[in-house]
Amino acid sequence: MATLHTVNKSPFANQSLLSCLAHAKDGDTVLMIEDGVYGAASGTGLADAMVAMASRVALVALQPDLNARGIAAARLLDGIKTTDYAGFVELAASHDRTQAWL
Amino acid sequence: MEDDVKKFLYVNRKAPYGTIYALESLEVVLIGAAFDQDVSLAFLDDGVFQLTKSQDTKEIGVKNFSPTFRALGDYEVTKLYVEKESLDERGLTLDDLQEIMWEDEDDDYEEKPSIRIVSRAEMADVMADQDVILSF
Repeated sequence: MATLHTVNKSPFANQSLLSCLAHAKDGDTVLMIEDGVYGAASGTGLADAMVAMASRVALVALQPDLNARGIAAARLLDGIKTTDYAGFVELAASHDRTQAWL
Repeated sequence: MEDDVKKFLYVNRKAPYGTIYALESLEVVLIGAAFDQDVSLAFLDDGVFQLTKSQDTKEIGVKNFSPTFRALGDYEVTKLYVEKESLDERGLTLDDLQEIMWEDEDDDYEEKPSIRIVSRAEMADVMADQDVILSF
């Protein structure tokens, strides 16, 4: 009974990603899309919190949004997976519900 | 409850007047109430500001929709989950929120409070228990 959480805003602009991580259950997936992908980068003030979460939820970033923002694979945090649009659809289909953290 | 009844949760995370999200959420809740589903509302982060007392929008030119929350009971929307940590972070307590009641027709029409204060962990459980989550 897992949830797919989507986050589409930069974690440096508002609290949506932090609130999402605080409510996600073990085994859930957090998918960062649009400006949300800035949360997937290493070397940020959020990096430690993100790495700590990676052990209990799947952290995924949408590759086209990473590409658009010039976030290279080498800059991603350890434990972040990436996916494409088809993978996004598969994630939505394979979880019991989707929750958008607007 | 019938088998085709689904659990719907409307998640409110925005303050009431800076954006249109809060008003739109309430509109959708009222529309959705016509479909006899099992509806709950969640208020967390800045969403808790939607429920505060004494809102007066006369001088900002927008509708004060806060009294509408008190009508939700008439639409059988009787579960308003409010996150305690979000209240605490904003210096609010239950006393700062409107009193929102519903009449329990199965209990001699006794008036019961709709607002349920829950911890962040309990809110996560509420979310994980839904069929459909609509975010605003």
